[in-house]
Amino acid sequence: MTAVRIAGVGMTPFGSHPETTGRELFGEASCVALDDAGVPCDDVDALFYGNFMGAFAEKQNHHGPLMADAAGVTAPATRFESACASSGVAVREAVSKIRAGQADVILVGGMERMTNLSTASTTEALATAGDELYEGRAGLTFPGAYAMMTDAYFAAHDADRTDLAHIAVKNHANAVENELAQYQQAIDIDDVLEAPMVADPVGLYDASPITDGASALVLTGEDYAEANDLDASIAVTGSGQGTDSLSLQGRESLTRTPAAEQAAEDAYTDANVGPDDIDVAEVHDCFTIAEVLAIESLGFYEPGTGYRAARDGETTRDGDLPVNLSGGLKAKGHPVGATGAAQLVELTKLLRGEHVNSDAVADAETAVTHNAGATVASAVVHVLEVVE
Amino acid sequence: MSDESVETAFDTFLNALADGKGYYLKCMNGHASLPPRYGCPDCGATDLERQPLPDVGEIVAMTTIRVPAPAFAEAAPYVLAVAKFGPVRLTGRLLNIDPDDDTVESGALVSATASSVGDESFVAFELR
Repeated sequence: MTAVRIAGVGMTPFGSHPETTGRELFGEASCVALDDAGVPCDDVDALFYGNFMGAFAEKQNHHGPLMADAAGVTAPATRFESACASSGVAVREAVSKIRAGQADVILVGGMERMTNLSTASTTEALATAGDELYEGRAGLTFPGAYAMMTDAYFAAHDADRTDLAHIAVKNHANAVENELAQYQQAIDIDDVLEAPMVADPVGLYDASPITDGASALVLTGEDYAEANDLDASIAVTGSGQGTDSLSLQGRESLTRTPAAEQAAEDAYTDANVGPDDIDVAEVHDCFTIAEVLAIESLGFYEPGTGYRAARDGETTRDGDLPVNLSGGLKAKGHPVGATGAAQLVELTKLLRGEHVNSDAVADAETAVTHNAGATVASAVVHVLEVVE
Repeated sequence: MSDESVETAFDTFLNALADGKGYYLKCMNGHASLPPRYGCPDCGATDLERQPLPDVGEIVAMTTIRVPAPAFAEAAPYVLAVAKFGPVRLTGRLLNIDPDDDTVESGALVSATASSVGDESFVAFELR
């Protein structure tokens, strides 16, 4: 089996770019990644690409060929759709194909264009990630689904909105100097608690924003990287994926995310590491409660105990296990189809020592990404390690 | 837009709920599920039989939607809940509730029915 290296990474600034088309966004991210890798377009064997709501935002499906054209590659191109885990799934499939010896170089990433739609139309589009018959028709929104998970978590454990507010404050603080982040400003606890409600008990500052952006990585086999003398010091050593009932009502518990637990277990086994080995994590904090569920599913905290982590300073920049040093989805932004790959982009920079927040994890060797689709009906976890 | 001449298994289920004759599906191995489906989500068995839905459900999680999708703009704010009816859970809209005046919490008892906005029908709950 061929080991997988990250040869290059690229991201657009995340934010509000309603004037920019999706093909421009992905073209920018992929060109930055290919340039970073020093790999010629002709060497790309496949394009794996994640996108969720192109049919809503641009009346555009069949993104594979469109994005290959935008990236300047002629390789076979395939779009993956798993809601907010779309590009995480794309990365996993790219890793699998390289390991199998079926490709030397894969350009993988994702894009979402969202801010050209109204908030109401974006809400409508995001709701299609849930069960249309039982959830969408009744008027359940994406924030509403996480609000019910928050409500259930509060009822089962001793957590409250202030605990969750510390997560938003932490992630905003991490994004202040990240030039690619949507919100480069600090907030305080009162800002979070006093913000308007979106879906009780989820307030506006408990939620990630509506974001345009794209992300891309050039993944190569270890042999290709060595033969071409690439500077590819980071390896993807573990990959896992899990699936759960699409609807909340189909689950035994609203306070656990078994799809992510399965993905984490498989990724750790694949990489031959455990949660205690992880030095830094980028997790899917689409809502503040989601970061709690993520760090519990990754095995950093027992179920029902993760809500104190940010408040107690354990997952902050100076804590034992910094989580979302990029700013997370909350402050970096959440262009849904780009998010999964963007987590690997940010971690690669953090581990290489090239990130504005790299100083916080100067000795880090092992890292993990956690990317979730909708209410974690899909989950993808990847382990990254410094190998040179 | 739905074609009124076509009745899906979900429409049949909603009509039964509205008539007070709700049901769930049970496979030969005793697993419970909800329509529409061909096979059991737990074991894949295809001999699914209708069983009466319990008359009373208990709310296990709820939220008040304040920023809705366009189709529900006039309904907002409105309350959604997941309620447990014996072996199955249902997601529905809580009817006849003003979320800013009425206090409803998890554990409240509800009965299931159906409601609609425009052409779209959905599961709804009424407080017992």
